[in-house]
Amino acid sequence: MISIEEVKRDIENKFPGTVLTVEGTSLVIPRASWRDIASFLKNDPSYALDYLSSVTGVDYKEYFEVVYHFFSVAKKEGPITVKVRTARSEAKIPSVTPIWRSAEFQEREAYDLLGIQFEGHPDLRRILMWEGFQFHPLRKDYVQENQDRPVEQF
Amino acid sequence: MYGFGVIKGMLVTLKNFVLSYFTKERLTTVQYPEERLPEKERFRNFPFLIYDDKPEDLRCVSCDICAKECPPKCITIVRDTDAQGKPLKRPKVFDIDFSICMNCGICEEVCPFDAIFMDHEFELGEYGRFEELNYHKEDLLKSAEYFAQIRPTDAALIEAKRRQKEAKGAHPTSPTPPIPPPSS
Amino acid sequence: MEYELKESPTLDTQALEVSLGPQHPSTHGVFRMNVKLDGETIVQLKPVMGYLHRNHEKLAENMSWLGSMPYTDRLDYICSMTNNFAYALAVEKLAGLEVPERAQYVRVIMAELTRLVNHTLLVGFLLNDLGAFFTPVLYAFREREKILDLFEAVAGSRMMCNYFRFGGVKIDVTDDFIPQVKQIIRRYPKFLDEFETLLSENEILMARCQKVGILPRELAINAGVSGPMLRASGVPYDIRKVDHYSIYDRFPFRVPIGEAGDVYDRYYVRILEMRESIKILEQAVREIPAGPTISPVGLTGAKSPRNFKPPKGDAYGRIEAPKGELGFYVVSDGSAKPYRYHVRAPSFINLTILEDMCLGYKVADAIIILGSIDIVLGEVDR
Repeated sequence: MISIEEVKRDIENKFPGTVLTVEGTSLVIPRASWRDIASFLKNDPSYALDYLSSVTGVDYKEYFEVVYHFFSVAKKEGPITVKVRTARSEAKIPSVTPIWRSAEFQEREAYDLLGIQFEGHPDLRRILMWEGFQFHPLRKDYVQENQDRPVEQF
Repeated sequence: MYGFGVIKGMLVTLKNFVLSYFTKERLTTVQYPEERLPEKERFRNFPFLIYDDKPEDLRCVSCDICAKECPPKCITIVRDTDAQGKPLKRPKVFDIDFSICMNCGICEEVCPFDAIFMDHEFELGEYGRFEELNYHKEDLLKSAEYFAQIRPTDAALIEAKRRQKEAKGAHPTSPTPPIPPPSS
Repeated sequence: MEYELKESPTLDTQALEVSLGPQHPSTHGVFRMNVKLDGETIVQLKPVMGYLHRNHEKLAENMSWLGSMPYTDRLDYICSMTNNFAYALAVEKLAGLEVPERAQYVRVIMAELTRLVNHTLLVGFLLNDLGAFFTPVLYAFREREKILDLFEAVAGSRMMCNYFRFGGVKIDVTDDFIPQVKQIIRRYPKFLDEFETLLSENEILMARCQKVGILPRELAINAGVSGPMLRASGVPYDIRKVDHYSIYDRFPFRVPIGEAGDVYDRYYVRILEMRESIKILEQAVREIPAGPTISPVGLTGAKSPRNFKPPKGDAYGRIEAPKGELGFYVVSDGSAKPYRYHVRAPSFINLTILEDMCLGYKVADAIIILGSIDIVLGEVDR
């Protein structure tokens, strides 16, 4: 099992000047250097993270966060979690679809439901909602048009 | 020989066809509604409210827990009040909308008073979609004997638990009866 | 990937755009493919989905943690037990709950029975897509009914079971559960032998399925493909062996791998997986201990869901569902409702390379390639 501290040290040695933080068991990477670090994680033989399992967008109220879970099929090793943050008003993150093909539909879903733009995605359009739908349903401030009673549980 | 795989497959089909006249396992059609499959005890369909002797003593005390825990929010409860406006431990309105209910059984699991259980009836067709499928308190009340008939093992467990609770309630914490004065 | 339109020297041709639309008996649900055809050969294929989108992830943010358990049944509506399993695993990782021994064995038995249910149905419907109109489907359904009757006797419902809870299972199994599982274990190999005699050496099936829809190994790993589809392309990756979740370490079973990565290999890998599942079931039924079926913390959580508050943090739990890797990513902010709840659906991600596999083949081949990916629209659209 690779520990997240080792990954942090390796990346800081390879790319001097980037500042990474560790939160829990995941690594927070700044947006500007994400594309280069992603290719390093895939091609470097000591990690060989060739399997991108899941891409999730989360809406914290001041910022958006995209969480990536990586596995290595060649070395059969466990999850490495990476989080990339962006401001809410101008939500742009470099896309990793040219590196891992499995991100294609999942980044389209994060764009559709949350409104995060992915730069470099070959075909960024709505996937689950219909074309022409104005809003982004998973945002915390989305209110349905025909909601007649509040949805609070208790 | 080319084509032998297809012939082997057709022999399997022929075997199934001929044997379906003799073995019951290969002919599994049930001629509903004249024949019915046996009912399973834990089968859960829509909920019902339970009463002990008369429909007026239903066990529900209108605590609202099932309405709050129901995932699609199909239960509506309004508590009863007496003539002065003080709330009573009884529901005045208990509506379940069967067109929303998804038969998950969470209301039965969380009820602390064993007042609501899942029924077995599934032949509940109606002609309308809105008011006809909204069941009120009177339509939902069923007796405890009915419950013991459709789910014997669960009813036995619930009865044992209630008797144990009553026995504990009648045991040391209840006040001892007064000692009668010595007759003189 | 692009496919070149062949220029004919004598005729002036044009590409035809067809929508293999949402209402189609062979698309396994409401799923649409916009294909561009040159004669009968596919030049471009774009999948369109979203006709069954119910915004499941937003619904979960308004309910307690246990309240979304019945909704996870409805994601992949054929295998409801494994969906519950993945969600329970993710929340148990988040909250640090332990599961007692008997509950672990019951969970493994239910998961492997679900794998039998799913693969039987898939083989039947793949044959339906090929044109063997409904005979293999009905043979498959006849065997499936016995397992679904067992689910009804234990959990209360055939398909929407809602059986797992955080820290165990909802209620203990009935007394005649283990004898009935033993009966199923006795009958299933005979049924599989009969099924294979019907299908595996059939020349029509081999001619239509071999060398069709080939998925190369590197592309499969890069595109995030998982489950039997990945193993049919030659990658020995099974999450039950890699992640060591639950108690799968105690059961020795093999993982079948294909060579060519075509439709026939995907069908045959599933038949072999069914035989391995029967081996796991035999051992689990022999070794199941007595004991509690839910941990004490889980029992209070099930009786009053509004008081179940996992600590702050996030967790990703994944299992080897019959269709692939089913994962749940849950974020908690310490309250009784999830802050974010995301489903990593295998059918959705396996559809990424549908276009690459179909280019250059005919329309009829596209239908069986889609059938061999094994999609269920409840999972694709959530």
